[in-house]
Amino acid sequence: MSDFDHDHNDQRPDDGSGLNRRRVLECMTWAGTGVLWTIAGGVPRSLGLVGAAQAAEPAGLTFLQISDSHVGFDKPANPNAIGTLEEAIAKISGMPAKPSFMIHTGDITHLSKAAEFDNAERIISQAKLDVHYVPGEHDFLDEEVKFYRERYGRGTKGAGWYSFDASGVHFIGLVNVVDLKAGGLGNLGAEQLEWLEQDLKGRSKSTPIVVFAHIPLWTVYPEWGWGTEDGARALDYLKAFGSVTVLNGHIHQVMQKVEGNVTFHTARSTAFPQPAPGSAPSPGPMKVADDKLRGLLGVARINFKLGEQRLAIIDTPLQG
Amino acid sequence: MLSVALRIGVRVAITTILSLVLHLGTARAEETMVSIDNFTFEPAQLTVKVGTTVTWKNRDDIPHTVVSAGKFRSKALDTDDSYSFTFTAAGDYTYFCSLHPHMTGTIKVE
Repeated sequence: MSDFDHDHNDQRPDDGSGLNRRRVLECMTWAGTGVLWTIAGGVPRSLGLVGAAQAAEPAGLTFLQISDSHVGFDKPANPNAIGTLEEAIAKISGMPAKPSFMIHTGDITHLSKAAEFDNAERIISQAKLDVHYVPGEHDFLDEEVKFYRERYGRGTKGAGWYSFDASGVHFIGLVNVVDLKAGGLGNLGAEQLEWLEQDLKGRSKSTPIVVFAHIPLWTVYPEWGWGTEDGARALDYLKAFGSVTVLNGHIHQVMQKVEGNVTFHTARSTAFPQPAPGSAPSPGPMKVADDKLRGLLGVARINFKLGEQRLAIIDTPLQG
Repeated sequence: MLSVALRIGVRVAITTILSLVLHLGTARAEETMVSIDNFTFEPAQLTVKVGTTVTWKNRDDIPHTVVSAGKFRSKALDTDDSYSFTFTAAGDYTYFCSLHPHMTGTIKVE
């Protein structure tokens, strides 16, 4: 725990979400600019609509998360996954406030075919944003496991992990979809964990951290493999930091939780929804009525607001 | 002469029938299916004789693999794709889907 921890309850409006009971975990001065960065460890907001999200002009760093585009998927749950990805990118392009960049939390393609990667690149590049990728298990299916690495692996370590800084926030892209063990969950592996420990060593504990990986780093539902075997070890390295946000995909639905100073959030897919944990015989693609589909697909917008106590994650469905 | 030829003929016929029966018998035991449905191998436990070819067929809308560490490994099987492996040695072969590792199965070869 940091020396800066204190309770901000008295300064926080009761918005009915129970946030006033949560402790704000860190207040810190952003060295270098003198701007007061105030980030709350509270529950991220999940507004529904683009309109509502855009009503308040964001200040600070805003980036987008897109996930599970599954280019090449053409089964009944969504026969046109390319079309819904195009819709998502069109929505992003139409946002009045241009985000700084985009992260893609994996399963870019459905079967790792070269043409699928090409189509994904052609469509996603239309957003005209830098995109930071991490792979999903569907991106490593080609025989030589080279298509993803050739396109997105430059400058990364191991199976494709890396970190970068943007506006004072430290971003870490992890890979938890390789070398999975029978009966287990997602896997980071010793080499990557060691790299993570080194990457964080000596870093100021007041640096906001955003970790992104395909499979949830927290255990969502082990019966369906929704979790990461050694995710707790990664979180152990992160627990001393005042503000940690973990962004994942893989489960094709929005889910979030807060544990101490760590906020976990999963994004919707742009391709097809999956059932809530345990609500179906398997986690396979969920077929819904055609007019319901776009309400279950979408992207997430993440905003670190200057001078506000709360980190905002705004999930935007394609429709609804 | 005639009786000798007849005897040989009968013997050949019997041998042919016997080998046919034997052949059909082994052919029947040699092939068996495991269905991949709803993220499970069905049946998850299977006992076969040495020489049996097991074929896995993916009936899900999501690709799966069939992997037994150091023994066999399929490529990613899309919907309705199959993978076959012939078991030539006795033993317990545990396997899993390397994409969804909670999916596991065992082939017991006797």
